[in-house]
Amino acid sequence: MNNDLAVLLKDITKTFGKKVVANKDVTLGIKKGEILSLLGENGSGKTTLMNMLAGIYYPDSGHIFVDVNDSGLNEVSISSPKDAYALGIGMIHQHFKLVDVFTAVENVALGLDKSIAFNKKQIAQDIKAICDKYGFKVDPNKKVYNMSVSEKQTLEIVKALYRGANILILDEPTAVLTPQETDMLFAVMRNMKEDGKSIIIITHKLNEVLEISDRVSILRKGEYVGTVDTKEASVEILTEMMVGQKVTLEIDRKEPQNTKPRLIVSNLTCVNKYGVKALDDVSFIANSGEILGIAGISGSGQKELLEAIAGLQETASGSSIKYVTPENETDIVQLIGKNALQIKNLGVALSFVPEDRLGMGLVGSMGMSDNMMLRSYRKGFVFTERKGPKNLANKVKDELEVVTPSITTPVRKLSGGNVQKVLVGREIAAAPTVLMTAYAVRGLDVNTSYTIYNLLNEQKEKGVAVIYVGEDLDVLLALADRILVLCDGKLNGIVDARTTTKEEIGLLMTHLREEEKIDG
Amino acid sequence: MANVIATKKEPLLRIAKRDSMPFWQSLVIRIISIVLALVVCGVVIYLLIKVNPLEVYKSMVEGAFGSFKEDYKFFNRRTWITIRDTMMLLCIAVGLAPAFKMRFWNIGAEGQILMGGVATAACMIYLKNLPPVLLFVCMFLASVLAGAIWSFLPALFKAKWNTNETLFTLMMNYVAIQLTSFFVALWENPIGSNTVGIINPTGHEGWFPPVFGLDYMMNVIVVMTITVGMFIYLKYSKQGYEIAVVGDSENTARYAGINVKKVIIRTMLISGAICGLSGFVAVSGASHTISTSTAGGRGFTAIIVAWLAKFNTFTMILISLLLVFLDKGAIEIASKYDLNDYVSSMITGIILFFILGSEFFINYRMIFRRSHKEVQ
Repeated sequence: MNNDLAVLLKDITKTFGKKVVANKDVTLGIKKGEILSLLGENGSGKTTLMNMLAGIYYPDSGHIFVDVNDSGLNEVSISSPKDAYALGIGMIHQHFKLVDVFTAVENVALGLDKSIAFNKKQIAQDIKAICDKYGFKVDPNKKVYNMSVSEKQTLEIVKALYRGANILILDEPTAVLTPQETDMLFAVMRNMKEDGKSIIIITHKLNEVLEISDRVSILRKGEYVGTVDTKEASVEILTEMMVGQKVTLEIDRKEPQNTKPRLIVSNLTCVNKYGVKALDDVSFIANSGEILGIAGISGSGQKELLEAIAGLQETASGSSIKYVTPENETDIVQLIGKNALQIKNLGVALSFVPEDRLGMGLVGSMGMSDNMMLRSYRKGFVFTERKGPKNLANKVKDELEVVTPSITTPVRKLSGGNVQKVLVGREIAAAPTVLMTAYAVRGLDVNTSYTIYNLLNEQKEKGVAVIYVGEDLDVLLALADRILVLCDGKLNGIVDARTTTKEEIGLLMTHLREEEKIDG
Repeated sequence: MANVIATKKEPLLRIAKRDSMPFWQSLVIRIISIVLALVVCGVVIYLLIKVNPLEVYKSMVEGAFGSFKEDYKFFNRRTWITIRDTMMLLCIAVGLAPAFKMRFWNIGAEGQILMGGVATAACMIYLKNLPPVLLFVCMFLASVLAGAIWSFLPALFKAKWNTNETLFTLMMNYVAIQLTSFFVALWENPIGSNTVGIINPTGHEGWFPPVFGLDYMMNVIVVMTITVGMFIYLKYSKQGYEIAVVGDSENTARYAGINVKKVIIRTMLISGAICGLSGFVAVSGASHTISTSTAGGRGFTAIIVAWLAKFNTFTMILISLLLVFLDKGAIEIASKYDLNDYVSSMITGIILFFILGSEFFINYRMIFRRSHKEVQ
């Protein structure tokens, strides 16, 4: 193999403020024509490092070289994405940078030199040429808002290639894809590699690393740990390098005990603001003492489902969500048509960890203490009661090891994992009978994730009906008792998590079954 | 590996966000900014009129707090007028605080003040035969109600149909100005003067009574009560908590079971009511007349006060005082050195520029290009 490096990062350090060291003295090389996996837990500095290559951030110290070979090396300074493109470096971010109301061609044209930018026909032809070469499928005249997540991602890659990128950086590209779409992505990545492109894929999914890459570089807490050839790597080796010590990746799942129906959802339909059915006639029962997993491609109706139960979502007529009171099972409460406060006032102990933590679950500008009283501030007369929330904040901080300068520091300033701990801690402290979590471990490191899984299992053993919306199928299979699969807003099956396979769920997520099969 | 070819240099200057800064450090930056502002003003003044800047600054202080003669007393007439105007500005800023904290851009204070003022004047004119206590109760209620109505309309439309409150409150100002013109014409005194003149010049019915023999003490008492009350309301009450949650994220508010529409309307009623009350203070406690310039742009200046103070009502006292001081001082030097109004606006502008600029240095730090070391 050619030992010439396309890019060499040397002694790169980047800090945010005084305390957060995102990268420390990282040295990393990317060979020409290889797929390099950049592996690390969330918060290990993978994205920050790559952002410096893409011109989003500028390193505090260190050097970047391109075209490193025996005859010399070029030191470069990348202070904007434009500089990066000039060097043939293109990055596909986790959050796509596309203009929704533009077509594929218009998005590619955006930011090009004026002379070419208005020749849409030419650009469309060039896009087609790129697609044919590598096996992409892009409709040049489709508007972005009509595209699926996978199509948007493809467009981002094509856009980078169009601008002449020889070094492609993909930031967690598979997080939003189904297993089938992931396979397609990997196929084009291999084609690009054959063509001599260097590809860096940021990920924390070990099986994907082993499948696609030539070499794996590992970061841990902002520092470079090492690089191994994929053929010599194994899940165990990589995990150890990534986490630092051996961790037991076992979720202690007990058999559900004494399950009873707690939430009876029938014919739930929600129409979104575009008049499209986000949820279409969904019926299921969530039992006490059981974890009900919910799988589906993002945007298949998970958000609407949880929010409808929490009283935050308008529902179409005919929908019904019945809550069976634990103390008296003949006492059944209809939750449809009630808002969050009314549901609470009915004595329904519902806890909800929403997907959008700072936009819905917490108040970003307030500290932990003030956030603890978000759901309970109505206690007391005229003035808020502060002592209880303060004690709770300290308790959550200690028990879940939240890293924060103080319980009055605005939670917006905390890292994603700590924000999540604050939210989960508060919701569990409310002693719920129904606990709903949406992507509860998104952005958390492995250890914290397992803390959360244990907490959920504890709740289940206490007899709480837990609803867990997740994206990592391996976790869903290991954590949940039953898995409900949503596809395009419809209920596409409920499977036993102990007997099903990832492939079966993947298929249910993407292919709507025939009507009669669901009935039967 | 030899032959290092440096193709590009690091950018000369980069900007990065800071962590929180200790209080004393931010205080030092703020003081430096004011000193710098004074130096720059001094240079500008010297270049324009060749007068010793220190003399000019002395005139500014004298403009706000009276001229320094041998028998100088701090609480002279000028100081009291500075205090009166500070209270006026503070009252409006305090009124804006809850709305802004809720991220409701109430730029309609101007109109709310005018309507409060008109209501007050109407009571003074038509109800002057009532017993004083009853008259004051009527004036208070009328001004509060007028201001509240003026803010209720935009709040209702925002809550029900999500209209843009900035445009709505702004347009309500023009309606208020036209209505005020109408009442000025109606109450014109003497006929043909096109002004209302001093209302009740002989009996002083509806004028704030002097407290401890001090003309504007009543203004201070009223406004300081509201200031303290608003501080407690925003910081410790349940409603204040709701305002903060709605201001941060409406979705979080709904999640917490807060009725967002209700909070928007309730908060704007409070905001408008206090702005209306400012009109009451302006008419009954200061000018004793009503005109379209009763608000005099203070409804907009108060926005600067509220923002600079980050909605802390006690910080607003200092900022109101600073702005009024600058205004008075600038007017004084303009008249003393025979300059026009623009010079005073310039000086105020330079000082505000530096104060606002200091916020940038408190939140961000600059990183200059380092000297590059050779790579081995």
